[in-house]
Amino acid sequence: MSALLSVAAVSKRFRGLVAVDRVSFEVAEGAIFAVIGPNGAGKTTLFSMIAGAMAPTDGVIAFAGQPITGLPADAICRRGIARTFQIVRPFPALSVEDNVTIGALLHRHDVAAARRRAHELLARLDLFDKRHRLASTLTLPDRKRLEVARALATGPRLLLLDEVMAGLRPTETDRMVAILKAINRETGLTILLIEHVMRAVMALASRVLVLDHGTAIAEGAPESVVRDPAVVQSYLGADAV
Amino acid sequence: MIARPVVDVPRRGAILLAALLAVLLTAPWIVNDYLITVLILILYFAYAGQAWNIMMGFAGQLSLGHAIYVGLGAYVAAALFTQFGVGPWLGLLAAIPVAAACGAIIGYLAFRFGVAGVYFAILTIAFAEFARIGFDHLSFVNASSGLFLPVTQHGHNDLWRLRGGPVMFYYVILAATVLAFALCRVLLRSRVGYFWLAIREDEQAARASGIDTFRYKMYAVMVSAAVTSFAGVFYAFFYNNLFPEQVFGISRSIEIILGPIIGGVGSLFGPIVGAFVLTGLAEMLNTVLMKFGVDLPGVKQVFYGICLLFVVVALPEGVWPAVARRLGVAGERR
Repeated sequence: MSALLSVAAVSKRFRGLVAVDRVSFEVAEGAIFAVIGPNGAGKTTLFSMIAGAMAPTDGVIAFAGQPITGLPADAICRRGIARTFQIVRPFPALSVEDNVTIGALLHRHDVAAARRRAHELLARLDLFDKRHRLASTLTLPDRKRLEVARALATGPRLLLLDEVMAGLRPTETDRMVAILKAINRETGLTILLIEHVMRAVMALASRVLVLDHGTAIAEGAPESVVRDPAVVQSYLGADAV
Repeated sequence: MIARPVVDVPRRGAILLAALLAVLLTAPWIVNDYLITVLILILYFAYAGQAWNIMMGFAGQLSLGHAIYVGLGAYVAAALFTQFGVGPWLGLLAAIPVAAACGAIIGYLAFRFGVAGVYFAILTIAFAEFARIGFDHLSFVNASSGLFLPVTQHGHNDLWRLRGGPVMFYYVILAATVLAFALCRVLLRSRVGYFWLAIREDEQAARASGIDTFRYKMYAVMVSAAVTSFAGVFYAFFYNNLFPEQVFGISRSIEIILGPIIGGVGSLFGPIVGAFVLTGLAEMLNTVLMKFGVDLPGVKQVFYGICLLFVVVALPEGVWPAVARRLGVAGERR
């Protein structure tokens, strides 16, 4: 299988601090790939560089064979990479439906067609009944779902999810996992997620990359990665090994 | 059941709108010349407020120097008329691109170099002040001694050259206000309108949704400037005199934005309701004071301040959203 996303020796330095240090990995088309690691490991920085929110100091990021390093966020989205935000940012004063319609208008010029697409996605994310509510009135789990719906509406080939399970109850997590798995299975959508909730990572990901202090310390299938001594040490300390 | 079927909401709104339009259309037969002048002023501010609202209410870009587009429209059309005998409607065709180009320059400088929020607002003031000082020294349009349009007798209305009595001007500004309302409604429901709202709500999230925010902010400034320029053309031909100090002054810019802020930023009816409330009440106050023979300079400004204070404290969304809920026409999107 060819790689849809390839990250090659990417680094990000903030003055003296090296947040991400020569990280390389590839995400195959159709895969669900998770990036895990303790707080401050550089996951969100890595994610922001792929999404175009910040440019890497070094290294090359390629999507579908084309370099996208340093492109602005909107250009990256138009190429087919959609994201959610760790701290959710729906358009607060707009209705749920309008939020998703805006995403769907990226590749559609007809508002009615975009609205129809938004309805399909809202039904998929269990938000259809709340479509006339203002986004600001939704609960956190609903806002997370709304972000996923809006990102999906832009018609991405790669979906970036930044801690989309954080703050969800176990049953809500399972529901989100089921939805994402179904979308991945039915449409072949590639998903790259940053996640703290291991329950979700184990259930979703086919491959896992572990970051610690900005460097990649392990990569592989989820079952083998969680048994890796380096990973256990980074999470639980040297005594646990 | 308290909830009304959804279809009723736009219907009620349409009936109310039709009734308001009917009253406004027949107004010249009902009220005297003084009240027509007041209505002209109200509609003028409703029109200019609607134009400003495209930038602020839709795309979230605060312009505190909108008088620059009024002034440019006024001066372009008036200069063409007095110097070359070109009529106001052809003058408008020249004023629109001039205002839009000016908006494009301000927008480009701000958006390309990341000037946003309060700093953007200050930039718009700076440009309006540049224009005021520049026109004060522009001898081609008589600099600070002002540009005067030849006044003709009122009896004869010449719509093509905009020479005539208040009733003609009243219908012109009424038509313009209706057109601006219709244009804004179309824009708000179009793809561009949705992208503007996204930018207003959260620019970073808008970018993450693939929206080229630079481009759409540029459109907002240019459309708003172009629409505003007609207010200037109207101003020039209605008042027949132009002084840089008056048309480009910061107080002019503030007058334009008070209506939509009081009526409700971002809504289609807000600028209209705001203009009626503000200008209507201010003129009433004027009349009452005149009846009692009281002459207080600056009373209008104090009154504007009180209105603004009241709205900011009691109705931060503006008057219209609250009124709309009362009338059962709150279905207006956003």
